[in-house]
Amino acid sequence: MATTTQDSSMDATNAALLSKVQPAELNEQPLVTNNRDFNWVTDKICRIVETRTPTWWWICMAVALMTASFTGLGLLWLVSTGVGVWGLANPINWGWAIVNFVFWIGIGHAGTLISAVLCLLKQGWRTSINRAAEAMTIFAVVCAGIFPLFHVGRVWFAWWLFPIPNSNVIWPQFRSPLEWDVFAVSTYGTVSVLFWYMGMIPDLGVLRDRAVQRLNKGVYEGGGAIANKLAEGMDHFRKNFYAILAMGWRNAGNHWRNYEMAYLVLAGLSTPLVLSVHTIVSFDFALAVLPGWHTTIFPPYFVAGAIFSGFGMVLTLMLPLRALYGLHDLITQRHIDNMCKICLGTGSIVGYAYIMEFFIAWYGANPYESFAFINRAFGQYWWAYVMMFSCNVFTPQLFWFKKVRENAALVWIMSIFINVGMWFERFVITVTSLANDFLPTSWGYYSPTMVDILTFFGTFGLFSVLFLLFLRFLPLMPIAEVKFVMPGADPHAHHGDEKIDQH
Amino acid sequence: MSEKYGIIASFPDTPSFFHAAEKVRDAGYKNWDTYSSFPVHGMPEAQGQPRSKVPVFTFLGGITGFTVGLLMVWWMNAYDYPIIVRAQPFFSPVFPFPIMYELTILLAAFGTLGGMFITNLLPQHYNPLFNSDQFLEVSGDRLVIAIEARDAQYDVIATRQFLEEIGGTDIEEVSA
Repeated sequence: MATTTQDSSMDATNAALLSKVQPAELNEQPLVTNNRDFNWVTDKICRIVETRTPTWWWICMAVALMTASFTGLGLLWLVSTGVGVWGLANPINWGWAIVNFVFWIGIGHAGTLISAVLCLLKQGWRTSINRAAEAMTIFAVVCAGIFPLFHVGRVWFAWWLFPIPNSNVIWPQFRSPLEWDVFAVSTYGTVSVLFWYMGMIPDLGVLRDRAVQRLNKGVYEGGGAIANKLAEGMDHFRKNFYAILAMGWRNAGNHWRNYEMAYLVLAGLSTPLVLSVHTIVSFDFALAVLPGWHTTIFPPYFVAGAIFSGFGMVLTLMLPLRALYGLHDLITQRHIDNMCKICLGTGSIVGYAYIMEFFIAWYGANPYESFAFINRAFGQYWWAYVMMFSCNVFTPQLFWFKKVRENAALVWIMSIFINVGMWFERFVITVTSLANDFLPTSWGYYSPTMVDILTFFGTFGLFSVLFLLFLRFLPLMPIAEVKFVMPGADPHAHHGDEKIDQH
Repeated sequence: MSEKYGIIASFPDTPSFFHAAEKVRDAGYKNWDTYSSFPVHGMPEAQGQPRSKVPVFTFLGGITGFTVGLLMVWWMNAYDYPIIVRAQPFFSPVFPFPIMYELTILLAAFGTLGGMFITNLLPQHYNPLFNSDQFLEVSGDRLVIAIEARDAQYDVIATRQFLEEIGGTDIEEVSA
């Protein structure tokens, strides 16, 4: 009895307080708009892989394959002729290959950031973009890996980097940051694949079940006899293909319990991993005693730049996809807003780092260091510095304005600027420091050759080929996770009540 | 007797599904599970399941990775074939740290994925539940609770009645 009176008096106090405070109604934009239901989400995402291949896909694939062949030819030319076909010459022995490596590896970082860091921070908006972003990570790592692999010169000896005794029974030398990089990048690639695959298991189960359902119904109509037969054959293929990959997943509560724990743990593992990867990439530079490279600001500055460029690439990819597949209810303005704001935040960190480097170069009172920075901005590569600074520092500042964030076409163009700017950042860092170091007698000027240019250009084709295959065969968005953030998935919602309990 | 796998019942929405799970738990059933195409917040507690054991596998993987990284660098660079590099020591716990760090994460990640498969008893490509057309609809929006015939409390009539009482519809007996 006593507790009930206490409760009711508490209720009265609460009511009195609330009427005095008059709390504002919090209008949070829903993550899935237009009150879609679970079946709509499943259908929308599954149909991307289940319906007939659209014509634009074939056209894009043809263009992508043709572009990718440039990388193939470039590498063939390189291996059959020798590294002299690249523009590398003393003193600049790290040219486009290293620039491209750092560029692609950086792109990958946004995928892991979205899937791991935002998962730990319980950011519900990550759900609709994380799968594609993770795919982007993996494909970017594939493109990145090509460059250092071929940069070793004799690619058939690249296995010497692995902890296997080579023909002279000598082991790799672990005191070099380049060796750390081998471990960092290969771990990053592997863990990203594991994370991506595990996240996909429930959705692969959905695709499997849908193929089985269609086969059980046995209704294949609408096309000609051959088209119907083909559709049925494809469903047989899907049933087996997705069944093998889904490993017998059956959506059990017990499965979800272990799966959610594993997902959380993998997110927890990927977070320090993603921070370490670009840190170690920056060690490749920072551990050399070269003015402009030998700075402690490199690790955080590289990581921020990586996330910045990665989000640029996510925007570049997702905005056209959203339009092509009509995913406006899943990738809403709120998602774009948030991505733009992350670009703004990390872009500002990068801008701060550019300025801080100058300050420290002056404050450190090392004449070589201050020369290196003045030379970066006003020396023979001033044009690269201008590209870098304007694209990376000024472009994201436009994202302060809501009008800009709401203009998808403008956001897309700006995301391209970010990609370009971040490539130039790596060029500025790598080349300017090597071109003009301590002794003016050993200065030089680097320009890429046609082979450099075509090999790099081709990696965009390779990336697109992989991404198009992903679009066609794997679920573009994590269906289960999108459903999880919908109001209907809340077990504590009142029946028939629009409002959801906050807990 | 053992030709039947068990009984499945569907529920109209997540709250009723969630509360039904609590009732099945309270009724004392042991061999049963909930099925939904998305994880339901708080469902493990509602089903009376303990905390997942996956982190144990993560820990084992991580420890292995760390030790392997440490021993590998020591063995290769200080013991089996020492190479003089600048004036650096043959071994120190500092310079191999990135290697240890990355291998810890790598093997912990494999441990986690492997642990998820082991704790979930996957891969298991066949399950009698897949024979039910209704069960396949779980992939869309159906919410199902299945009570297995091997449960000690299982009784075709009583269990079916129980599932009806807690709000289950489309009740179906699934053959094994």
